[in-house]
Amino acid sequence: MSQTGKKLLAVFRSSIGRKLLTGVTGLALVVFLLEHLYSNLLYFSTDPDAYNENAHFLISLDLVYVLELGLLTFFVVHIIVGVSIYLRKRKARPDGYAKYQSAGKPSRQSLSSRTMIVTGLVLLAFLVIHIISFKYGPGIEEGFVVTIDGEPVRDLKRLLEEKFQHPAYAFGYPFVMILLGFHLRHGIWSAFQSLGAMNPRLTPVVYTLGGVLAVLIAVGFLVLPLWIFFST
Amino acid sequence: MTVHLRIWRQAGPDSPGRLAEYTVEDVNEHMSFLELLDVLNEKLITEGEEPIEFDNDCREGICGSCGLMVGGVAHGPQPRTAICQLHMRHFNDGDTIVVEPWRATAFPIIKDLVVDRSAFDRIMAAGGYVSVKTGGAPDANALPVTKEDADLAMDYASCIGCGACVAACPNSSASLFTASKIAHLAMLPQGTPERRRRVLNMVDQMEAEGFGDCSNHAECEAVCPKGISISAIALMRREYVRAVLSS
Ligand code: HEM
Ligand code: FES
Repeated sequence: MSQTGKKLLAVFRSSIGRKLLTGVTGLALVVFLLEHLYSNLLYFSTDPDAYNENAHFLISLDLVYVLELGLLTFFVVHIIVGVSIYLRKRKARPDGYAKYQSAGKPSRQSLSSRTMIVTGLVLLAFLVIHIISFKYGPGIEEGFVVTIDGEPVRDLKRLLEEKFQHPAYAFGYPFVMILLGFHLRHGIWSAFQSLGAMNPRLTPVVYTLGGVLAVLIAVGFLVLPLWIFFST
Repeated sequence: MTVHLRIWRQAGPDSPGRLAEYTVEDVNEHMSFLELLDVLNEKLITEGEEPIEFDNDCREGICGSCGLMVGGVAHGPQPRTAICQLHMRHFNDGDTIVVEPWRATAFPIIKDLVVDRSAFDRIMAAGGYVSVKTGGAPDANALPVTKEDADLAMDYASCIGCGACVAACPNSSASLFTASKIAHLAMLPQGTPERRRRVLNMVDQMEAEGFGDCSNHAECEAVCPKGISISAIALMRREYVRAVLSS
């Protein structure tokens, strides 16, 4: 194996390397979420074609496969490392305490920090359903088509409106988005700490801003399904 | 005052353990928690029972020998205090207090409340030192250190190696201990020449001992009797990246 390959493997196998990987992949996924959120919110644009136009623009990018492959890689690495951290934690203390509680400040231990693996695994299950429903859902051939600038384009907006008629989707999605908010409540500041970017002055600021961003992302995603369900 | 204790009793490393119940009356509020255990042990001895084994030495919060989970918190409810320095006045008459040993695969129980913390010694041996050639003492001002760096180095150096960070961590990670040692030496010119191999070797050893990974719960900082900040852990990660990139 090449020297660089060996080094990379050693990083993967080290306790700190795993943190660097969760941190980098976690933040990259947050950036992806922000882009996704922007695309979603175009639904509320005054231009009725804005949503479909944007979706069409994204999947027509020359580099779309490179981007998708990159995103998939980030997800896979994030999940493998996250699960392995959880498994190591189980091994590191097989018999727990009869009584255990957090000592309080300055601890950042919270419901959110303790349930990263649970919220993460729910997100994973959600992702599979989500991708099957939308990315691999019905398209132009199945009649979900609009004409934009004289070109036939997939009518994702209509698919969205049909899917979110079902209460299971309309309420299931927001529920998962709340769990996403929990994942990010601890996740965002944690990623910066994992990358070594924190110090005693920055930590409280980033912790607070991370919480605010987590709420904004969760709320930003959950309004669309609820809006569609209640307005149509 | 009277306190009820539920204390972990375990005859040996491989024996099964259980929480045993004891009641101690006439507790003086000026006793330390370890003195409470002394009083209980005297009673047990006169009654012909096996006394409760627990680690301690200086009883003034500086050696790092003592360490108990008291009421579910490492070193008990008082922040920045080793359990030998926690006084009974911080409890109430009639309290029931659960007392357990540090629990971690890397800290196997020897007996009752005593655990084997030699994993920490092996992490230290992997690089928590500076190699100094003995000889004439260098001139005091030959190695300038800024006041800020000296203060920070002192903060990190105040780690007494008690293991509370591991005990309180939901993941049983030894990150705060290892990071304190690395950060302390990284702040000083004497630590600079070996910084690369220090961080790589100590982190490897931490892993080999079977401690968990850090999930940034920061519980360690909250229970550390010296209040060492998790910014040590951030610094350790920066040292690690620098070491990997520079090799
Ligand atoms: C959009 C999806 C996701 C985003 C934006 C996201 C974001 C993050 C962030 C920012 C962190 C903190 C990283 C760190 O502490 O260094 C994190 C941690 C974690 N994530 Fe995710 N994540 C996502 C999906 C998932 C999925 C699908 C899983 C599946 C298992 C997962 C499992 C975990 C776990 C277990 C941790 C904690 C790691 C630790 O204990 O240090 N995440 N995530
Ligand atoms: S006995 Fe020395 S620190 Fe408690």
